[in-house]
Amino acid sequence: MTLNQVAFIILAVIALLGAIGVVFLKSPVRSALSLVINFITLGMVYFMLGNQMLGIAQIVVYAGAIMVLFLFVIMILRSQHPEEDTSLWKDRRFVFGLLGGALVVALIYNFVIQPTQSIYGAEFDRSYGSPQAIGQTFFTQYVYPFEIISVLLLLGVVGSIMLAKRKF
Amino acid sequence: MVAEWFFWLNQNNPLLLGLIRVLFVVVAILTLVPPLIWWERRLLSWMQDRIGPNRSGTVTIPSSFPVKGLAGKKIRTFGFIQPLLDGVKLFTKEDITPADVDRKIYFIAPALALFPAFALGATLPWGPNTGLYGILTPVADVEIGILYALAISSLGAYGIVLAGYASNNKYSLMGGLRASAQLISYELAMAMSVACIVMAVGSMKLTNVVVEQEKPLWGLIDGVQNWFIFTPFGFISAIVFLIAIIAETNRAPFDLPEAENELIAGYHTEYSSMKFAVFFMGEYAAMFIFSGIFAALFLGGYNMLPVNWEHLYASTGNQLFHVLDNANYWLAPIVFIAKCLGGISFFVWLRATLPRLRYDQLMDLGWKSLLPISVVNFIIVGIWIIGTELYGPVGGWGAAIAAFVVALVLYLNILNVSKKGAPVAEKRTVTMVSTPKRVVTMVDPIKLIKTFDSVVTSKPQLKMKLNMKNARGGYKR
Repeated sequence: MTLNQVAFIILAVIALLGAIGVVFLKSPVRSALSLVINFITLGMVYFMLGNQMLGIAQIVVYAGAIMVLFLFVIMILRSQHPEEDTSLWKDRRFVFGLLGGALVVALIYNFVIQPTQSIYGAEFDRSYGSPQAIGQTFFTQYVYPFEIISVLLLLGVVGSIMLAKRKF
Repeated sequence: MVAEWFFWLNQNNPLLLGLIRVLFVVVAILTLVPPLIWWERRLLSWMQDRIGPNRSGTVTIPSSFPVKGLAGKKIRTFGFIQPLLDGVKLFTKEDITPADVDRKIYFIAPALALFPAFALGATLPWGPNTGLYGILTPVADVEIGILYALAISSLGAYGIVLAGYASNNKYSLMGGLRASAQLISYELAMAMSVACIVMAVGSMKLTNVVVEQEKPLWGLIDGVQNWFIFTPFGFISAIVFLIAIIAETNRAPFDLPEAENELIAGYHTEYSSMKFAVFFMGEYAAMFIFSGIFAALFLGGYNMLPVNWEHLYASTGNQLFHVLDNANYWLAPIVFIAKCLGGISFFVWLRATLPRLRYDQLMDLGWKSLLPISVVNFIIVGIWIIGTELYGPVGGWGAAIAAFVVALVLYLNILNVSKKGAPVAEKRTVTMVSTPKRVVTMVDPIKLIKTFDSVVTSKPQLKMKLNMKNARGGYKR
């Protein structure tokens, strides 16, 4: 095993544990924290793949900005211990969970693992994920989608200000 | 010898060299934090006209000491080991965990507060990127250098927010909420001010930013380095960045998350002993590293003076300039640390000078002043770049200054228009009529006695003299 693989396995295990924690932990703050762990380790996996820009964007945008807001909301709501689910659904949860899990595994195998078998160990230019390269593609090949998205985001900002300023 | 070993490592064992690079940063921060605390306390006490910690570490050599000149003398360290003793005290204190805290998060939070402070230094170059220092610094010279620093500093909020939440204390929670709100608002201004520099340099690598600042000043004056604080747009973004890093590290005018008088120390109210020490250390480490980032972005990084010695040597052939060039290279780490210390002294100065902001003032400053200023600055940098590309440096600066003037005129007009509709507030002022003059003259009592002793005096003064002597234990009446 190469060093890269060891690092990848460690990061992947942490990311998976984080993802599992999001679903299974009872306290909303803890599950939000597991999501943060998942985001940061995913960012590190991007770093390992040489895609620095995507990795850092993952950490800045998701782990840094959005999750702080998320925690903010959870903390203010203070719904620490949700009521135990006593409906009929509870008994069948395990069976359905297994079925759903099997479906997800099958889908991942079919659409992710199998198609990517052949590109294992592919050679590529390490600078493909640099800010310069991404900026180039944004402003040449994908300039219209990029501009449309920026207008969309601007609309979102203006809309949120309008909603906040409106006197009810 | 050592240098050769490092080069050998670079060839044969880059992993070990990477670990050594990490150690350089971490050990430097760990050893510098206690002196920083001492420096802050001493400087603050000097500014506030107090004495401050000056006792610990004073050794009196006994009078029976064989060497004659030393016997009975005192060796003063001016309280230099006080932070060390405070550390020992904090670590041996009872570690109290309140009963109703969210235990796991309560324990993780201090670690989360310390981690970003150390991780921040990873892309910071403390030496030139050529020769020996080139392989020792920075820890990782990645393309995203500055973005990395922004990302990690935004993670710093987690430690504080979670500490506030886990303490299960309303004041702590308020502190945590304030911290996260403050961080989100100031991060925007900070990112915009950094973006100006990134655009001017054309790279996010911090090493490239520093190298860019070694070019001729304004693209015109050879021999003087183009530190960004000397350029108009760089000066504005330096001010915005400075304010943002003070807010980001929760330091004095912006220390709302730990406001003692309203929140009883805020997020670390419930923390004691070692965990409190960890928060404390995280704050100082973050201050240190942020000062370093400021130095790298605006103050020419590791360069001693804004003078390009190499160019002077090449143009004049004076051997002195060559020596100074070499000194500039080899003294780089010391110069860099000195710049960091300068930044921290500035932090302390602000703490001694400015009162804490009110919460709405904090938000107004971040959103209504700093963010628009940095956005306008960003546009002006764009104009400067285009002007420089089309018409050379002079045209570029002309365009930039014209843009500044246009922005100022627009701003004043907008200010006028917005004032027109607004109700005119009645101005109430108080003018003091004939201020009474109160003069206090200070008299040195000992001098007074001496003059009384020499001069023959009348009766009431004589009485005073006797009393004075009594006070000094002279003679009884």
